[in-house]
Amino acid sequence: MKDFQFHRPSSVAEAVALLKARPDAKLLSGGQSLIPVLKLDLAEPSDLISLAGIGELRDIRVDGDRIVIGALVTHDAVHRSPEVQQHIPALATLAGTIGDAQVRNRGTLGGSVAHADPAADYPAALLALGATIATDRRKIAADDFFTGLFETALERDEVVVAVHFPIPKRAAYAKFSHRASKYALVGVMVVDTGHNVRVAVTGAGPKVFRHANIEGILERDFAVDALAAASTPPDELNGDLEASAEYRAHLITVMARRAVQACL
Amino acid sequence: MSAQGFGASVRRKEDRRFLLGKGQYTDDITLPHQSYAVFVRSPHAHANLGAIDAAKAKAVPGVLAVLTGADVAAAGLGGIPCGWAVKSKDGSSMVEPPHPALAQGAVRHVGDPVAMVIADSKTAARAAAALVDVDYQVQPVAASITAATAADAPLVWPDAKGNVCFDWHLGDPASTDAAFAKAKHVVEIELTNSRVAPNAMEPRAAIGHYDAANDHTTLYTTSQNPHLIRLLMGAFTLKVPEHKLRVVAPDVGGGFGSKIYHYAEELLVAWASRVVGRPVKWTSDRMEAFVSDAHGRDHISKAQLALDANGKFLGLRVATLANIGAYLSTFAPAIPTYLYATLLSGPYDFPAIYAEVKAIFTHTVAVDAYRGAGRPEATYLLERLVDKAARQLGIDRIELRRKNLIRTDQFPYQTQVALAYDIGNYQATLDMALASIDHAGYDKRKQATEAKGKLRGFGISTYIEACGIAPSALVGALGARAGLYEAATVRVHPTGSVSVFTGTHSHGQGHETTFAQIISEKLGVPVENVEVVHGDTDRIPFGMGTYGSRSAAVGGSAIVKAIDKIVEKGKKIAAHLLEASAADVEFVDGKYRVVGTDRAKAFGEVAFAAYVPHNYPIETVEPGLEENAFYDPKNFTFPGGTHLVEVEVDPETGVVEIAEVAIADDVGVVINPMIVDGQAHGGLAQGIGQALLEEAVYDADGQLVNGSYLNYVMPRAADLPFFKVGNHVTACTHNPLGIKGVGETGAIGVPPAVINAVIDALAPLGVTDISMPATPEKVWRAIQAAKKGA
Ligand SMILES: Cc1cc2nc3c(=O)[nH]c(=O)nc-3n(C[C@H](O)[C@H](O)[C@H](O)COP(=O)(O)OP(=O)(O)OC[C@H]3O[C@@H](n4cnc5c(N)ncnc54)[C@H](O)[C@@H]3O)c2cc1C
Repeated sequence: MKDFQFHRPSSVAEAVALLKARPDAKLLSGGQSLIPVLKLDLAEPSDLISLAGIGELRDIRVDGDRIVIGALVTHDAVHRSPEVQQHIPALATLAGTIGDAQVRNRGTLGGSVAHADPAADYPAALLALGATIATDRRKIAADDFFTGLFETALERDEVVVAVHFPIPKRAAYAKFSHRASKYALVGVMVVDTGHNVRVAVTGAGPKVFRHANIEGILERDFAVDALAAASTPPDELNGDLEASAEYRAHLITVMARRAVQACL
Repeated sequence: MSAQGFGASVRRKEDRRFLLGKGQYTDDITLPHQSYAVFVRSPHAHANLGAIDAAKAKAVPGVLAVLTGADVAAAGLGGIPCGWAVKSKDGSSMVEPPHPALAQGAVRHVGDPVAMVIADSKTAARAAAALVDVDYQVQPVAASITAATAADAPLVWPDAKGNVCFDWHLGDPASTDAAFAKAKHVVEIELTNSRVAPNAMEPRAAIGHYDAANDHTTLYTTSQNPHLIRLLMGAFTLKVPEHKLRVVAPDVGGGFGSKIYHYAEELLVAWASRVVGRPVKWTSDRMEAFVSDAHGRDHISKAQLALDANGKFLGLRVATLANIGAYLSTFAPAIPTYLYATLLSGPYDFPAIYAEVKAIFTHTVAVDAYRGAGRPEATYLLERLVDKAARQLGIDRIELRRKNLIRTDQFPYQTQVALAYDIGNYQATLDMALASIDHAGYDKRKQATEAKGKLRGFGISTYIEACGIAPSALVGALGARAGLYEAATVRVHPTGSVSVFTGTHSHGQGHETTFAQIISEKLGVPVENVEVVHGDTDRIPFGMGTYGSRSAAVGGSAIVKAIDKIVEKGKKIAAHLLEASAADVEFVDGKYRVVGTDRAKAFGEVAFAAYVPHNYPIETVEPGLEENAFYDPKNFTFPGGTHLVEVEVDPETGVVEIAEVAIADDVGVVINPMIVDGQAHGGLAQGIGQALLEEAVYDADGQLVNGSYLNYVMPRAADLPFFKVGNHVTACTHNPLGIKGVGETGAIGVPPAVINAVIDALAPLGVTDISMPATPEKVWRAIQAAKKGA
């Protein structure tokens, strides 16, 4: 790890100003993705700007038909939040499957969303629930946010402030964990918004994606057995030592079935 | 027996410092003016070395030296030696290639060290290491047994034709052929024993400290056997007399075999300290450990079992290819030979056995002993084969084993593969394990599993191992270049407290407790008053260290011999104090007593008299109460038992969950049941790890694909059920404690039980084979393939 300057601003505006002034600076939230990257010398930022001093980023509140969760809220806090458990229990469950207790106690929603790891869990929830990402300057629909492998619509000096999650009629997340890293080998979030069905898949491809085939099937018949007809072409999926693309394709259907089962 | 003697689960004395975070591991030691070493390691599996340009690295502020293979050669350092020579069938010696501490001319596996950068700080050393410019001329690679034995395979060593290090055999081919000729049934199997990385919790580390004023070197190192390291460094690599070299292995966080060997880094930090005039510390990181610690297992075998019409075993033929890596690690040649083929009789009565083993060089890191070392490979082969025979012949798996287990009236039992088992009761451990798992209730549990939409399987393994390594003359005849006795000193202090100095080394085994219990049992001294010292060649007379489940059986026996001498000497002192003849004095319950009277002296009083010899038989007995002993074992010890496993398989995902594990071991006399159970638990975790989770995977280019915890799957608590552990004791007949050893049983016995259970679960679908590790995808694919075939 190389030396860097450390900053601890007390407002989002201050953080943005620091980012603008220092082109090689990086934001630091829970550090659960960034610190490993630094330890392996895969990034060498000149400055780290910690968001830890910005209290307003730690709120969870219910705002009409949505839950708004601040960027600095830890995975563990989401997992234990009575508001989340009451209104979107699938999201609380999902947060509880991330990594291990240490990771959940440090890692944050904003960090996970900004990092956009292709095997991270939250992106599936954001996409399937049709969430909106609020930044210091704008609101971005989840459908437009995750643009690629570790890539998002965020500008370099943009700070995620909160995520707005619409409360669905019913939703469930089924995760098949990588046996070593515990990240999602395949994670499927199934959401029945009340108007339509949205299904997002993480871990299986180069980025989180909506699964049109399964959405179509479930729109017609929201039932486990309907998914016998589901399929995913393996050619666009990841294949590695842990799981081939073909096996991942199979697991998508199995996890989708389990998520639907959990919704019923 | 005292309340803290044999059979008492005394809490581990050493845990206080570990739980308080006050352990002293090598990396915790910081010497004044210490510098830091970082190694430049080859990113290629095979390359010729061109120029090494260290100019940029040397310019980094704080860098003290950049050393290469040329410097090692110029300094006259010896190559890393191999401690065991195996001869081929035709009597020729094994191919024993050179192993310079830093690569010279070529690199032969990813991780092969090429240069050593030493700097004021680890950060500077790391930064500089990245700037060392090495000209690698990449060469073709043979990174697996299959690749290395193919026609025209690239050679790891020019002298090793076909990459064969040795082509060895054991047993009698003629009697085995005859057995097969008269067999009613012949069952064949082909299998691999997967390669694993040892992954001790503490990565290796070493500090070299050369004291120029006294021309003396101290090496702190994460070793299981500091005296062995001193022996090898003194005689072969650093080339200094023993009194000029002190080797300290302080607290060590697990070894599992991987910390037995003399590694290049130990030599290099010791030597580099001379070069830079400061202590030099190196601490491996986890990814470095994956490519520089010796790995384990990695066999491909074919075997045939001959049976008569009733299912009685007539003969066994085995042909094994064993990956030995690019260089010969310290004990590497012994593992797939004398610790493997000698175990192929298992717990069974076999009239004929013939085994052939070829050790194969590959462009991978060395393969050497890993918990069990050869014996798990033998057990896995045999137990998979016996299960296959049962299915093929339509005999119940338990019954087939019962028919062939050595009966208690057959001991001592001479196998066809050199070993002579002294004692055991394999029927008793089988019955005990079956009762413990409630095998009678299996069908009910299976129905419950099936009601959940899953499959249930039952797996069994009846196994034996050879521990307590080993009679020196025997292993010498087999090629060992060292003796394998053990040494101890028992020092009784004037007030009766005791220090025990043992040549074994504790790196998780709890010797500080169990060895104190031996003193407590024999001398009646409370364990609180016993200190157990190990791990420092300046404090310990000598010793061969800890591996092969030898510490209690061999090291403990040395302690007993020393205790016996103490007791005898004490008798003479007590006789004097009691004004009796020594022949009339007995030592019972911590007291010397005149037989048949109540006249007695406490052990502490005798100890005091030995150091304050005012009223003392000074003409015939020396003052003081301290004795040394060396113990050379008379035979191996033979722990064994039965391991049973039940699994649940999710047919949709292929996920295997371990539902039950029940084992019954015979490890001989048990000193501390809690520690013995703990050893079983750890071994089971590693055995289940190999069976379901772990595998070190090299690709065709010789890159270790999963050399980090992001993708190398270690077993965790949540992967394992509660273990049911039982012990049935038959005491070892040839050592004074009756102990056989427990360090490796779990890792040896359980892998085939797991795989046999998985195959049993899938058998109704038509699956007949699954290899380790039984990963979800592999199981799912086996199910798909069987469905297609059906
Ligand atoms: C052992 C382990 C296991 C894990 N397992 C899982 C798992 O199962 N599932 C899973 O989803 N994740 C897993 N993770 C990742 C974990 O969830 C991280 O916490 C998360 O990916 C990043 O959040 P963070 O707060 O730690 O962000 P950091 O590491 O601090 O930052 C990550 C990146 O986001 C940027 N960033 C941080 N905050 C903001 C913000 N507010 N606005 C804009 N950019 C920002 C940083 O600059 C950095 O580039 C695991 C991590 C570890 C170490």
